[in-house]
Amino acid sequence: MANTTETAGRQETRGILSYLGSHLRDYGMLMALIAIMAFFQIVTNGTLLKPVNITNLFLQNSYIIVMALGMLLVIVAGHIDLSVGSVAAFTGAVSAVLTVRLGWPVYAVLPSCLVVGMVIGAAQGYWIAYWRIPSFIVTLAGMLVFRGLTLWLLGGQNIGPFPKAFQSLSTGFIPDLFGVGRPNLTAIALVAVAVVAIVWQGWRGRLRNAAYGIQQEPLAMFLFRNALVAGALLFVATQLAYFRGLPNVLIVMSVLIVAYTFLTESTVIGRRIYAVGGNLKAARLSGINADRLTFLTFVNMGALAALAGMVVTARLNSATPKAGVGFELDVIAAVFIGGASMSGGVGKIVGVVVGAFIMGVMNNGMSLLGIGIDYQQVIKGLVLLAAVIFDVYNKSKQG
Amino acid sequence: MAALLEMQGITKTFPGVRALDNVTLSVEEGEIHALVGENGAGKSTLMKVLSGVYPHGSYEGRILYAGAEAAFRDIADSESRGIIIIHQELALVPLLSIAENLFLGNERHEGGVVNWPATFTRTEALLAKVGLSDPPSTVVGKIGVGKQQLVEIAKALGKEVRLLILDEPTAALQENDSQKLLDLILELKTQGVTSIIISHKLNEVRRVADRVTVLRDGATVATIDARREEISEERIIRDMVGRDMAHRYPERRRTIGEVLMEVRGWNVWHPEQKDRQVIRDAAFSVRAGEIVGIAGLMGAGRTELAMSLFGRSYGRDISGEVLIEGRPADTSTVLKAVEAGLAYVTEDRKELGLLLEEPILRNITLANLAGVSSGGVLNPAEEQKVAEHYRKAMNIRTPSVFQRVVNLSGGNQQKVVLSKWLFADPRVLILDEPTRGIDVGAKFEIYGIMNQLVAQGRGVVMISSEMPELLGMCDRIYVMNEGRIVGELEAAEASQERIMAQILRH
Repeated sequence: MANTTETAGRQETRGILSYLGSHLRDYGMLMALIAIMAFFQIVTNGTLLKPVNITNLFLQNSYIIVMALGMLLVIVAGHIDLSVGSVAAFTGAVSAVLTVRLGWPVYAVLPSCLVVGMVIGAAQGYWIAYWRIPSFIVTLAGMLVFRGLTLWLLGGQNIGPFPKAFQSLSTGFIPDLFGVGRPNLTAIALVAVAVVAIVWQGWRGRLRNAAYGIQQEPLAMFLFRNALVAGALLFVATQLAYFRGLPNVLIVMSVLIVAYTFLTESTVIGRRIYAVGGNLKAARLSGINADRLTFLTFVNMGALAALAGMVVTARLNSATPKAGVGFELDVIAAVFIGGASMSGGVGKIVGVVVGAFIMGVMNNGMSLLGIGIDYQQVIKGLVLLAAVIFDVYNKSKQG
Repeated sequence: MAALLEMQGITKTFPGVRALDNVTLSVEEGEIHALVGENGAGKSTLMKVLSGVYPHGSYEGRILYAGAEAAFRDIADSESRGIIIIHQELALVPLLSIAENLFLGNERHEGGVVNWPATFTRTEALLAKVGLSDPPSTVVGKIGVGKQQLVEIAKALGKEVRLLILDEPTAALQENDSQKLLDLILELKTQGVTSIIISHKLNEVRRVADRVTVLRDGATVATIDARREEISEERIIRDMVGRDMAHRYPERRRTIGEVLMEVRGWNVWHPEQKDRQVIRDAAFSVRAGEIVGIAGLMGAGRTELAMSLFGRSYGRDISGEVLIEGRPADTSTVLKAVEAGLAYVTEDRKELGLLLEEPILRNITLANLAGVSSGGVLNPAEEQKVAEHYRKAMNIRTPSVFQRVVNLSGGNQQKVVLSKWLFADPRVLILDEPTRGIDVGAKFEIYGIMNQLVAQGRGVVMISSEMPELLGMCDRIYVMNEGRIVGELEAAEASQERIMAQILRH
């Protein structure tokens, strides 16, 4: 009797190990993120996870994540977009002109700038999709063109400051409905609701998979992972609650993450983008309009770059010609650290988010430590390289 | 005659699989030895053991080569001893010239500076040996697959080959190129080169092989000596599949109905070369319940005809009429062609048919995502049900529909592509070389599936370079040559000779 339990236990352990082995990629980066956070938490004597710094982490990285969502689709479709930094700067400048010079209200500026972003995305996507000009070339050109147009539009100067309403895009917080202030109970309540929703969704998926006999992660793994996620979210919520509550931009970001996860994993259009990147010719011969999909991924990228541009501008409280310089590299790095493949067809939203946070936590942690910008770049470069080497090594091991 | 190569008791295991189990292979000096077996029987694994891809120590057993025990560490090691393997997928750089390819990694040079005159003269000599007269500076991508195969052999000759291993050398070649290649192998034999040839084409094996070794499930089943007894294809097939295959083509009751698809006056021009017409005035029809064959040599325009019909996926300035069930159909894009009831199963599964890195399930639903979604949102349960249905119906051998397609054998990959198109529920399927690169057992299954399709009242157009297969399966056969349909034969009156005669007469 005791023997059977022991055997069963051992089988369970082996199940978890073999599952971990075959999903090393999925968990590896998450573990890396946790390790990096633990490291900085220790060496900064606990500053990293202080309420004010967590808030800062989100404010600093929100626009990288927003753009990385769009970049994932572009890269999955087999392309690249080098222009996002310049496009963000340009739309930021447009928003400044509309708001500060022309006095437009924020509810008019926001959609206008999104449209500007989409038009820019469409202009670049048109050449890429219908003329088959390599995206690297088109967006490299776009990177120069929109940087130049930003300079021209701003006349080489900063434009600001912005009215409060516009600033709240980035630095605003969800007000506490319960009126307590600190800790902000609304923040905790909202996150608690989200946690329940996440666990419930996961559990429903498990039941459905079980009903269809789909192989899935062992129960212990599922519980552990959910406990970890729930714990992390509630911890973050509590910390935020002791500062100023949930930043608006965190809400925007979360909604976008959920929306793009749904788009990539559960919709026909998402599936088709993966097919186009995985094998363009086979996708075409299966009746998929690959050109239009490519075009749309760039339109989408333009809109997200515009949104990021406004968030950055709101955060700096001024539009500057230097805004967004080098963003494209952070965004692309986040996508590749997150496990996307250079040749297209592979990549997940959750990976991108983890990848962006790895970059973000390192930026933040190294700044807290007062490490110079020179070393910071070297270290970030090496992390990107290591992540991709880890990926390739994993793949070759699986054969 | 003395044995050049003795492989004794070779056993090679991978985690969970015993790929080779105590295999014995003996090749005599100066013979052509054929190695046959179904896909997965262990032929390629055995050759990888021999050539050092799996180095000494990673397998059990002994290799005696040229009288001494061999322990190859890698390919370079076995090549230095004169064992050269030519893979099915050619290892040539398409943008380099023939001469550059021939001496790639083995350049004629002095102190790192390439000696071009020596390279070119030597190339010319080697090309002459394989019967090629193209100038050495010709870019490899510009010559046909048949000639590329010859360049590979010339490359092997340049390395002082003693034992030449050819893995399915004629798989991608058309009839007359295959013949040329086989003649060359026979010619090399007279010059003392020993060859091992892996092939699925038993008529070719019969033609060139002195001895045949049959592998099945990782074990040697038999070695047949052609000099002592007649090698019959039936005998080899029996050994390969381990059962008698009295009928190579499954029986079917023919119930032929109304005309399903009719093509009239179809003209197609080459996509790049402006003045070259690829298809001239082609016309053909398929009826419900009918399998119609299209015979012809490679380059006759069969694939071009099929792809231009299917959403204008090939060619330029396309004109002509397509009628489906008597009504004019718009097939100007792939999507419209699919909606009109057409499906095209490509000859090039890996390049044009499959998402290799994606699971079986996603491949099966790709052409009809509307069938597993509502309002643009996928229904994973439904999708899995569909995939499971086809896994059973098509007998796709896999532990799960979540297996990535790249891990499947050729036959099972082809079943996935067929499933994809069946799920789109077409009226007419155009199957382009549906059994290429597939072993005998899986071929029989594919034929069975084709019979089921027509039994459901669909029409099938089968393009094939293997004439016995067309004769065995089709109700009618169209013969194509140089972009025209030059003849039409009823199954009863068709024969290989008559088809060839029609091709040659035009």
